[in-house]
Amino acid sequence: MAAQEVEVAVSGDVLVVAERFGGEWTEVTFELLAAGREVAQGLGGTLSVAALGRGTTDQVKALGAADVVLYADAPELEAFVPEVHLRVLEAVVRSRQPRAVLVANTSTGMDLAAPLAARLGVPCVAYCRRVWVEDGTVVAHSQVYGGKLVAEVALEGPGVLALVAGSYPAEAGRGTGSPAVERIPLPALEGLHSRFLRLIEPEAADVDITREEILVAVGRGIGDRENLGLAEELAEALGGAVCASRPLVDNGWLPKNRQVGKSGLTVKPKLYLAAGISGAPEHLEGMRSAELIVAINTDPKAPIFDVAHYGVVGDVLEILPALTEEVRRRKGEG
Amino acid sequence: MPKPGLDKVDRIYEKDVAVLEGMDISGHWNRMFEQRVVWDYSTDVLERITGLPGGESLGWCYQCGKCVPVCPVDVVGDYGPRKVYRKAQLGIDLLRDPDLWLCTTCMNCLRVCPKEVNMIEIMPAAREVAVQEGRVPPELQKVFENTARYGNPMGESPRKRAEWVKEAGVPVTVLPLDPRPVDVLWYVGSYPSYHPRGKDAARAMARVFHALGVDYGILGHEEKEDGDSIRLAGEKGLFEVLAEANIRTFRKYTFNRIVVTGPHEYNAFKNFYPRYGGSFDVLHYTQFLAPFLPRLREMFVKELPYTVTFHDPCYLGRHHGEYDAPRRLLQAIPGLRLVEMPRCRENGYCCGGGGGGMWLDGFSRDYLRERLSDRRVREAVETGAEILAVCCPYEVSRFEDSVKATGNDGKLVVRDIIELLDEALGSPRAT
Amino acid sequence: MHVVVVGKLVPDLVEDLEVDASGRGLDRQFLKLVLNEFDEHALEEAVLLKEAHGARVTVLAPEAEGVDDALYTALAKGADRAMKLVGLGEAPSSRQIAAALASALPSLGFDLVLTGVQAADDLDGQVGMLLAGYLGLPHVGVVTGVELDPDGSRARVRKEYPGGWLAELEVQLPAVLGIQAAKQPPRYVPVSRVRQAMKEHTLEELSAEPVPVPRLSVRRLSKPEAAGRAEFLDGSPQEVAAQLVSILVERGLVR
Repeated sequence: MAAQEVEVAVSGDVLVVAERFGGEWTEVTFELLAAGREVAQGLGGTLSVAALGRGTTDQVKALGAADVVLYADAPELEAFVPEVHLRVLEAVVRSRQPRAVLVANTSTGMDLAAPLAARLGVPCVAYCRRVWVEDGTVVAHSQVYGGKLVAEVALEGPGVLALVAGSYPAEAGRGTGSPAVERIPLPALEGLHSRFLRLIEPEAADVDITREEILVAVGRGIGDRENLGLAEELAEALGGAVCASRPLVDNGWLPKNRQVGKSGLTVKPKLYLAAGISGAPEHLEGMRSAELIVAINTDPKAPIFDVAHYGVVGDVLEILPALTEEVRRRKGEG
Repeated sequence: MPKPGLDKVDRIYEKDVAVLEGMDISGHWNRMFEQRVVWDYSTDVLERITGLPGGESLGWCYQCGKCVPVCPVDVVGDYGPRKVYRKAQLGIDLLRDPDLWLCTTCMNCLRVCPKEVNMIEIMPAAREVAVQEGRVPPELQKVFENTARYGNPMGESPRKRAEWVKEAGVPVTVLPLDPRPVDVLWYVGSYPSYHPRGKDAARAMARVFHALGVDYGILGHEEKEDGDSIRLAGEKGLFEVLAEANIRTFRKYTFNRIVVTGPHEYNAFKNFYPRYGGSFDVLHYTQFLAPFLPRLREMFVKELPYTVTFHDPCYLGRHHGEYDAPRRLLQAIPGLRLVEMPRCRENGYCCGGGGGGMWLDGFSRDYLRERLSDRRVREAVETGAEILAVCCPYEVSRFEDSVKATGNDGKLVVRDIIELLDEALGSPRAT
Repeated sequence: MHVVVVGKLVPDLVEDLEVDASGRGLDRQFLKLVLNEFDEHALEEAVLLKEAHGARVTVLAPEAEGVDDALYTALAKGADRAMKLVGLGEAPSSRQIAAALASALPSLGFDLVLTGVQAADDLDGQVGMLLAGYLGLPHVGVVTGVELDPDGSRARVRKEYPGGWLAELEVQLPAVLGIQAAKQPPRYVPVSRVRQAMKEHTLEELSAEPVPVPRLSVRRLSKPEAAGRAEFLDGSPQEVAAQLVSILVERGLVR
């Protein structure tokens, strides 16, 4: 079935695509609602949320920040199958004709945003960090080139925007209003070419880094695998755990359950000490809401310093042991 | 089917009646044994190595074992050149064995080998086959990829190769920006261009050259990794690409000789670039500076009351026989006392960085009790020296790391000879 | 089984990126382009499929400076054919590439399209996912492993979710997959083999008709604001450590 472009009437409405995992709305859903509310206000339109899944009927209340909840509750929608969800979503967008569709730039949302835009013949903006309205035009900041540059993009007409997780406060999207709730009719789900088989659990973790209050995070700057010991010693002295950015996990130096970032875990510890992490957007996504961020890196221009509260320009191999020693000394005094 | 190893004798010849020159010598003493043909070991594996261009000499080994006690890897592990032959004899394929990546091509075995079994040729030849077959330790693969893409093993921006110049405190002629004829083309090298401690040495060199009025220039972003260790690690094709590129660059400029910071590029330019059409006069910086000693002595303004021990780089010492130039420079520094480690000069210990070892620490960790650099640092500490002087850019980073790893922080400081010269010349920037 | 790998060259992030005089685009004068790292994984996965199932692998990338090297390297790694997508001009957007491929690919014939899950310059969406939308083909992104059915009609793929969760999905072919990571890290191919590939192969060209696509109007391209939000601590490692630990003590993080 080839894409059909349609004239989409220009409304001021915003449609947020809610995201589910394990039978729950994910955190980013509420971030999208927070962003969506701002855009809908700017456009003078309503904020709708498309809530596709199974068992959603009883969970629409949680999406009270929207004006309208468009929900589907069907066994076919229980697990995420890109083809199926795209087909349902496309039908919703074609019938509602919103001005802006907000999708999460996540593993789930990336399978929806671009294909949806292609099918509708409207533009797509990936990696959005901010979306707002200026004189009736939707404007977005997209972080491109690994976060090294920001593109400010204007959408004159309708479009699909993929929002990076962690860009808006989820609390602002956890409204408890009483939205209009509509069950959306499912389009024909026959002739499907893909199906869900099973979910594979991550291997049991010795440490759950999402529950740790103090994390010492290591990145490429640590150099050799044997230097990991320096981070472990500091974590031990501080009473925390060691986590890492993707390259180290890819190298097999640390297990997957220690990875922070887009394809890893999102953490909100009281202290996040980033050692030798430059701060790719995929990493920042997983840790930017930590209460206190301290970054050590040799490059003063590293993006990690943009989110850190305190920064040290220097060699982690020198600073980590000095920190360990100092922590031990103070603890000894106390 | 006879059982291998048990049937020691295939056939026995003994005449019931033996008469020799009329005398009856019948008896067990006329018994003869037909020699057993050793068929229970295949020589295929050995022949695969000896069949490689450069691998021939492995077959000459007669297991005398002289190489084992001098092998720096054997000191901290279970690898030894003699064992390479023996294991091949036993059917263990070097191409699939960790031994393939443990040799640092330090050349101490060749120095003592009566049969001239040459690991400096055998190892790259064998590694080249492994690389062709796609078996490269991941950390080394990353270095190959970085070097191919960026011209340096760290994967740093080629455009930033000369950024260290900004903090040298003296003018440095960067030839691509100022292509004038110079006496000396200083090939800086990858580690002095990018590594924080390497850059310290590069800046010190610039200041010393400036003080001496050396007419020199550097290649800036046009300089690429020399590739010698890449070649020894088995990526000969990449070495050739680098050699051709560097030779093309050298030819763009007018100079009398090349001075190099490191012994590995010295080896490359002296012994290998000529094979690709690039013959140049090349000197290691210690060799270049030694003739300036009379002037340097007059210029030294600061006493350095340090006890210093010196680590001979394998590729300056054993490979090229230069043991004196670095020592002469050190001994000329006022106040400095040079003490030797037991393993020095011809028998100098290896830092572990040569032959690709620089990029195999993670791999070899599983096969060594300690790193070669750790062992060397202990030896340096035992001399009572407070400074370990070096003149190979691989060594500062390796030894500094080992100083920390062996808990000798505060006892021993690692410094390049050029940094000591710079300090003695009174540079305010020298530490 | 014909696997088409779609790659593209993107600015190398090792280099500093500068904005051009218009303030809306990249200064391309000193730009170094490299094959998108996720496309390297897509290629690796395709070569693994070739080794396991005897698939034919065609690699395709829009023309750009350095594309020849990237394509010869792909051939040396095991691709059977390499094609340059020509006619799109300099630095086409993901959307332009996807739209052009949507019209050009069917004539080539394929069972599976593998692309990198994303690229650093995907401002207007990911090539693979856009392509799937245009062609109306089943698609899965963020894939970390592909297995093919013996009869070649279906693929079983693993899709990665945060926290190490994996979903296993089955897609009928033809399909489009966005590869996050191949089953093994992209292989190394020695320079000599790349040089050999240059002698043995010729690069083909696939002409793309520029298709009108929705364009994004970039008003401004700039370095991120808020740079230097961190308060920097100076001094020797010991001095820095003392300052930092004092901050931690104040906040009750070290007791």
